[in-house]
Amino acid sequence: MHILSIEKKIEKSLLCYHCGDECSDDSIRIDDKLFCCNGCKTVYEILDQNKLCNYYNLDQAPGISPDLNFGNRFDYLDDPSTIQKLLDFKDGNISKITFHIPQMHCSSCIWLLENLYKFNSGVSTSQVDFLKKELSATFNHNKIALKDLVKLLTSIGYEPQILLESVDKKSEDKVSKRLHYRIGIAGFCFLNVMLFSFPEYLGINVTDSFLKNFFISLNLILSLPVVFFSGWEYFGSALKGLRKKIINIDFPISLGILALFGRSIFEVAAQTGSGYFDSLTGLIFFLLLGKLLQEKTYSYLNFERNYKSFFPLSVTIKIDEIEKSIPINKLMVGNRIVVRKNEIIPADSILLNGDGRIDYSFVTGESKPVGKVSGEFVYAGGRQLGSVIELEVIKDVSQSYLTQLWNNEIFNNPDKSAESYFTNFSNAVSKYFTFVILLIAFVAAGFWFQTSFATALNVFTSVLIVACPCALALSTPFTLGNATRILGRNKLYLRNTSVIEDFAKVDSIVFDKTGTITQLGKSDLIFTGNVLNSFQQKMVKSLVRNSTHPLSRKIFNSLEGEEFFPVTKFDEIPGLGITGVVYGNLLKVGSRVFIDGSVEENQLSTKIYVLINDKLLGFFSVTNSYREGIGDIIKSLAMRFKLSLLSGDNEGEKYNLMKFFNDENELHFNQSPEHKLEFVKSLQKSGTKVLMIGDGLNDAGALKQSDVGIALTEDISSFSPACDAILDASNLNLLPKFLNYSQSAIKIIYISFVISFLYNLFGLTFAIQGMLSPIIAAILMPLSSISVVLFATLSTNLVAKKMLLLDQGGK
Amino acid sequence: MIVLLIGVSLLVAIGFLIAFLIAVKKGQYKDTHTPAIRVLFDENTEEKNKEENKSESN
Repeated sequence: MHILSIEKKIEKSLLCYHCGDECSDDSIRIDDKLFCCNGCKTVYEILDQNKLCNYYNLDQAPGISPDLNFGNRFDYLDDPSTIQKLLDFKDGNISKITFHIPQMHCSSCIWLLENLYKFNSGVSTSQVDFLKKELSATFNHNKIALKDLVKLLTSIGYEPQILLESVDKKSEDKVSKRLHYRIGIAGFCFLNVMLFSFPEYLGINVTDSFLKNFFISLNLILSLPVVFFSGWEYFGSALKGLRKKIINIDFPISLGILALFGRSIFEVAAQTGSGYFDSLTGLIFFLLLGKLLQEKTYSYLNFERNYKSFFPLSVTIKIDEIEKSIPINKLMVGNRIVVRKNEIIPADSILLNGDGRIDYSFVTGESKPVGKVSGEFVYAGGRQLGSVIELEVIKDVSQSYLTQLWNNEIFNNPDKSAESYFTNFSNAVSKYFTFVILLIAFVAAGFWFQTSFATALNVFTSVLIVACPCALALSTPFTLGNATRILGRNKLYLRNTSVIEDFAKVDSIVFDKTGTITQLGKSDLIFTGNVLNSFQQKMVKSLVRNSTHPLSRKIFNSLEGEEFFPVTKFDEIPGLGITGVVYGNLLKVGSRVFIDGSVEENQLSTKIYVLINDKLLGFFSVTNSYREGIGDIIKSLAMRFKLSLLSGDNEGEKYNLMKFFNDENELHFNQSPEHKLEFVKSLQKSGTKVLMIGDGLNDAGALKQSDVGIALTEDISSFSPACDAILDASNLNLLPKFLNYSQSAIKIIYISFVISFLYNLFGLTFAIQGMLSPIIAAILMPLSSISVVLFATLSTNLVAKKMLLLDQGGK
Repeated sequence: MIVLLIGVSLLVAIGFLIAFLIAVKKGQYKDTHTPAIRVLFDENTEEKNKEENKSESN
């Protein structure tokens, strides 16, 4: 950030005052401030008028160039039912709404968006949640209509993303709030109970029986909200497990809590002791802390997106030359739709009017726009980059090529994570654990029953208390929580902590090609050699236009020029190159062998040489389109994992890919989204755990089907398909390390399990002999919990440090 | 006497507990990032900043 702003200062004379983009000339200016376009200038004027130029002081050139040609794009916001759907709250004059604004990126943005009331008095407050990129605004809908509010935001460069599924996350908020309440109350009661138990810890014999009873009854009262409010969800979860005939980790915990509570009540009632209220409240408090850590994941990243959160809310249709905005779910086959610049094509349709330049980067990951002329078939999901086009819808929104992927059963299955919750390791252990503990409890009780019933009962509850797998239950959340945090610092954001467990089990990896192992962007092709002048460029462009080879198309797209020259004597020699004559100049474009018969020395990169009139001008190389170091990553992964590649493209790149992948059979081309899904399924049927890495909507099915789906993205706040984890593309090279690290994390869990078992054994020896006193319980239980927590946290950090995951990329 | 003191101490502690619960209810734990940035903004300093702005860009 810092270096950037310094650079900007140096070249300030050339850069747009608003957005920091380069200005082509200094024609657009106000005073001494330059602007790259009229949009930026307009925003500056608006801000200047409203005395909001402080915006420019907070960050250098913070602005976003606005799209001012919104015409009647927002007309659908006049529809009351749409407004109703979008608003969080409406009453009398007051409306509340939450917008998602992906453009916000710096403190200037926050400042401006929170000063919306200065633009329009209709807005009373606006508040930003920066991590979620959300703006919640309260406004008077009689003074400013929702449509005008959206227009205002758009005009200053912050167009909100209004989507079909502006799913309200309020239920999630409630859950997190409830957990905070529970922890607050448990912590409060725990500390007070500790305080009142102090005389006992210090061995002070309180002779005053009134005072003693006073303390005990206070403890009893304080423990009630802990058991019945804070600890309630353990009982609920245990019951839920039992109903599904599964004994989960919450079952022995509930047993322990109940035994502790019951025994304490019994002791108090019988006046034989002071109960175990301190252990009880402490236990629940620590357990809840673990839960908080486990749930504190990246809630601001969206892991559940499907095509609906990417498609627009409304479409413009044209009936009898009159344009009308309708909600997308009312769109029908046969409708004529109008798609403007930067809008998404909502359904498979046929182009009727206008030039289609359609960017399918969200769908396929391929960033080069595709040209379409009228009469051609256009798939849904593309973004129109050119001017206005008119199309006729030929398939329903949900039945389009892309969207029908979501009709697959995998998307209608109950949540994967909910399922894995019951199958994860700690729950698997707890099943056996519970049986063994119950067995020991009954045997020990049976043994003591011969001497006295009271001792038998004492021993029975003691065993349950001591065996309460508190440390066991804590080791998993603390290890995984910390590991998740460390991975997050390395820009791998997990959907929840249990993903690590799946991650560690992976034994086969499936890559998507475009956008995953190849890099997006225009630097696909570089020309090395004498710079081609524009006439030469046009000649080469005209020549390669005649070839359908993917490399020819790439060259075609990378060259400037709109006019084409006639090409004569065109010839294409498959696998070698093309040749032709343009205005008397002989052109040869192809491999080294084709050009001069010599053999290419460096086989690692594909080079396409350009020869005009027997003069070698240079070569295009495509090595750059692969991500840096991808070869090393794949090679190091190939030793331990079964690798495969799925590509929606044709086999054009096969030869290049063979350098990375050893086995030709693992390369699969011409894969449709369904093919990808089925491929992952078939791998899983053969008993492997599949990790899928992809980026486009066309990988969405495979990502969902796989055991771990990682969406690769250049910008974590931008769109990514539903997945288990989001990885910043710049850190793809750390993937082998991530896999190693998650395996180490699982090992750490095993070790902490052993530690907590040892504590349990130690405690059991007291319990079986009927010697478990409240003091021993009060020492043993927190000690075991704390040592396991410490071990888990420290060792995950230590391993991360060893793997160099802690020092780099951390922010 | 001791009972009274303990009662008072409990009441004080309960006061803090309630303060915490209200904080949770108001959503103070929902977004812990933005307020940290927000607190650094100056209020109503447009005119002054405009001058600074000019001198800076010269």
